[in-house]
Amino acid sequence: MKELLLIAVGSAFVNNVVLSQFLGICPFLGVSKNVKTAAGMGGAVVFVITISSFVTGLIYKFILVKTGFEYLQTIVFILVIAALVQFVEMFLKKVMPPLYDALGVYLPLITTNCAVLGVALTNVQKSYSILESVVNGLATAVGFLVSIVLMAGIREKIEYNDIAPSFKGTPIVLVTAGLMAIAFFGFSGLI
Amino acid sequence: MNKYAERLYNGLIKENPTFVLMLGMCPTLAVTTSAINGIGMGLSTTVVLILSNMLISMLRKIIPDSVRMPAFIVVVASFVTMVQFLMEGFVPSLYDSLGIYIPLIVVNCIILGRAESYASKNPVLLSVFDGIGMGLGFTVGLTSIGIVRELIGSGKVFGFSILPASYEPISIFILAPGAFFVLAILTAVQNKVKAGKQNQVQKTEERGCSFNCASCGNKTGCKEQED
Repeated sequence: MKELLLIAVGSAFVNNVVLSQFLGICPFLGVSKNVKTAAGMGGAVVFVITISSFVTGLIYKFILVKTGFEYLQTIVFILVIAALVQFVEMFLKKVMPPLYDALGVYLPLITTNCAVLGVALTNVQKSYSILESVVNGLATAVGFLVSIVLMAGIREKIEYNDIAPSFKGTPIVLVTAGLMAIAFFGFSGLI
Repeated sequence: MNKYAERLYNGLIKENPTFVLMLGMCPTLAVTTSAINGIGMGLSTTVVLILSNMLISMLRKIIPDSVRMPAFIVVVASFVTMVQFLMEGFVPSLYDSLGIYIPLIVVNCIILGRAESYASKNPVLLSVFDGIGMGLGFTVGLTSIGIVRELIGSGKVFGFSILPASYEPISIFILAPGAFFVLAILTAVQNKVKAGKQNQVQKTEERGCSFNCASCGNKTGCKEQED
C-alpha cells in the first residue's frame, strides 16, 4: 500500500508529466486557453491513460513476454492505444452520452499525446505489476489534469495584462510554464 | 534553385520544424540539456524521417486512403524500433541519456506530419530530400537550444569548458524550467524579427485568437468557436 502511494505522489506531483518530463506539451500549450476546455481535455486524458495502462500492461505480460516478442512493444503499444481511443469513443457514444458530450471532441486528439505512450513504456521500463501500472497511469494523468487546469486559469488572467508585443501568444505561455515548473520543484521534498 | 535544393532550404530555414512550425515540442524541451544530446536526438529523428518518407512515398499508390494513418504509424514505429536497437548497440551512453524519448519518436508530429502532407503525395527522391531537410532543420533547432542551455547552465559546450572558471553556472537552465525559458526567449526573438519585417504582429497566428477577441470585447463568441 505504501509503495502504491509513493508511486501515486511521485508521478502526479514530483515528476509531473508535463512540467518535469515534458510529455504532452502539445495539448498543454494548445488546449489551455480556458479552464472549461482544459478540464475536458484533462478528464479525457485521465480516462484514456488509466484504461491504456491496464490494457498495455495485460498485453505486455500475457502476450509479448510469453511469446518472446518484447522488442515489438513500441509498435504494439501505439496500435493498441490508437484502437483503444477509437473504441472508447464508440463505447461512450453508445453507453454514456453525457460523458461523451463532455469528452468526445478531445478523444481523437489523444492518440498523438505522447504522455499516453510514455506512460505505457515507463510501466514496462520500471517493471511495474498490473496494479502498479494502473496506479501510475492514473496518477500521471491526474498530474496532467492539475497542470493543464492551473495553466488555463493563469492564461485567462494573463489576457488582461499588458504584455510586450513580441511575448504575446506562445512565449508568455512558455514563461508561465517555466515558473510553474519551478513551483513544482517544491514537491520534490515529498518523497 | 533546383527542386532538391529547394526541399533542403525549406526544411532548414523556411519551414524549420522547431522555430517556425513549432512541431515536436516534447523532445525539443526534454533532451536539450546538452548540445550533444540535442544532436543525438536530432540525427536519430532525421534517420527515421528519411527512411519513413522513402518507404511511404514508395507505397503511396498501394496504401488505401482509408487506412493510411495506421499504415503510416506502423511504418514509422518499425523504423523507430530499428533505430532504437542500433543506438542501444553502438552508442549506449547516448541511448541511456535519451532514454524513453527514443521510442517516443513514434509520436513526434514532424514525422507523421511530413508523411501525411508530403511523402504520400510526392515521388521517392523528393521525399527523401524533404526528410533530409526537415531532419536537419530539427537537428539544428535542437542543437542550438542545447548549446544555449549547456553554456548558461554549466559553462560548457559539447563538454568543453568555454566560460572561465570564475563563472558561476546557473544550473536552473539545465533543469526543467530552463527549457521553457530558453524556448520562450527564442520564440519572442523570432516574433520580434517577424514583427519588424511585417511592421505588425502576425494576427492570423494560431494562438492569437483569444488575444484578438480580448481586444474587441466579443469573447464569448470566440470561445465557442474554439470549442
